[in-house]
Amino acid sequence: MNNELLNELTFFVLAIFVGFEVISKVPTILHTPLMSGTNAIHGIILVGAIVIAAGAQTPVEIALGVVAVTLATTNVVGGFVVTDRMLEMFKGRQPARPSTPQETKK
Amino acid sequence: MTIAIALAYLVAAVLFILGLKQLSSPKGARNGNFTAALGMVIALGATIPLLHFSRTGITIIAIGVVIGTVVGVFGARMVRMTAIPQMVALFNGVGGGAAALVAVAELLRFGNHPAFNEAFPSVFSIVIGSVSFAGSMVAFAKLQALLTGTPITYPGQQVVNGLLAAAIVGFAIAVLAVASIPFSFIALMVLALILGVAFVLPIGGADMPVVISLLNACTGLAVAASGFTLNNFALIVAGTLVGASGSLLTKLMSDAMGRSLGNVLFGAFGQVQKAATAAAGGQARSVRSASAEDLGTLLAYSQRVIIVPGYGLAVAQAQHAARELADVLEKRGVDVEYAIHPVAGRMPGHMNVLLAEANVPYEQLKEMDQVNDDFKNADVALIVGANDVVNPAARSTPGSPIYGMPILNADQAKNVIFMKRSMRPGFAGIDNELMYGPNTVMFFGDAKDSLTKLVAAVKAA
Repeated sequence: MNNELLNELTFFVLAIFVGFEVISKVPTILHTPLMSGTNAIHGIILVGAIVIAAGAQTPVEIALGVVAVTLATTNVVGGFVVTDRMLEMFKGRQPARPSTPQETKK
Repeated sequence: MTIAIALAYLVAAVLFILGLKQLSSPKGARNGNFTAALGMVIALGATIPLLHFSRTGITIIAIGVVIGTVVGVFGARMVRMTAIPQMVALFNGVGGGAAALVAVAELLRFGNHPAFNEAFPSVFSIVIGSVSFAGSMVAFAKLQALLTGTPITYPGQQVVNGLLAAAIVGFAIAVLAVASIPFSFIALMVLALILGVAFVLPIGGADMPVVISLLNACTGLAVAASGFTLNNFALIVAGTLVGASGSLLTKLMSDAMGRSLGNVLFGAFGQVQKAATAAAGGQARSVRSASAEDLGTLLAYSQRVIIVPGYGLAVAQAQHAARELADVLEKRGVDVEYAIHPVAGRMPGHMNVLLAEANVPYEQLKEMDQVNDDFKNADVALIVGANDVVNPAARSTPGSPIYGMPILNADQAKNVIFMKRSMRPGFAGIDNELMYGPNTVMFFGDAKDSLTKLVAAVKAA
């Protein structure tokens, strides 16, 4: 086992613990936005897709590269935009409307 | 990797973690999304100087980025709020597909005799990425109603799925040990795609959120595995973060439904028959229905009305009509509240988003635990397009697929108005005892039309 692999394993194991800790307390209404947000984060595979596409030469490599970059970009862009659209609804809430049920009660 | 790039990846990783942290509290959630997006931009920007781009490389990257951006933005912005859950499934699936393709490309580059520590993560990523891709597409099809939402089962399904999984392990070992067979991973990919489909088919539509969350975690792990193949820290850290937090989130979601993950994933096997016979037994019974005028009078002279919105309200875009009804009732001095089940709509939090869109005041939205004791003091529980979340079978029928799921106690209200398009069972595909209850009145029709009729009837009462 070389040094690089050892480093990578260290990051991997530590990231597991951080991943568990960081969302341990989350209210139910945020489950969907949080899922969608993490969904966007794994779009980081776009980095990998760009790496394989950059040096593509054979037709197979080119085909794999262009499809992988397309799919990964869709994941990143769509993921962040759709999450923002969900969360927009949480922020823009109007203050309670001026109805006063107590006074109109007969 | 130069020091500058390594530091940029570190910054990106920290931003992802901070973003996740903010995303888990209502206050900072939207900022959290921006924080994570910033991390993504930094990680992508840092990667560029790392590479030697060929002219072809630049062209195909540009093509892919343009198409992906257009599809992503249009898909995410144009989709109706009701269809957002299936969009999430779709975006997750394409990520899994991308991870599998990246691993394929690397495996090809390694040639015939890759080192184990390079080949293993590639094979892992191909399998998990493909399962996630195919599974997400089935989840999308179920939510989009291209496929039936009821579990699709057949005798011996578990055996077949088990054999599929065993075949995948066998092929994986073959690819790792006898890697000189060119393109042997294609068989692996095909098998994994089939397993993805076969795994999601027997799971009911109502459980799709949990499945999507699980597949989301899988994609994260596939991305992390691709990171090992490419020796890229950004992929390893971000993928693992998603894999771990996604797994925990999956558990939290099944907990919110009062079920174990195993029950959600494998519960349909052998249980549907029981539920199906129960449903068949119910077909013969009669229900009461009433006119809009009668119901309008009932509502207008109530003290307290609890509205139980469900997916039927969402598809009919009836959230504005529901608010209008609440407004006319409140003008007459009726107390109106909305009881929001944790999985009302299609996903946790989905209904809150839809009602917020119609400017329903936040303080009228009551979560299940807050409102469940109020039903027995309510004059009317008005069920608008909800079904499974008020089905008493969850409390009383151990054989039912939804047994054990916490439900809203709508059946304890003095009167229940059950608004539904037809007698068809809900998303979980089971009959609802509440429709035959002695206090229950059915009011058939499209949720929006029905609510508009009720508004007119209340005004006239």
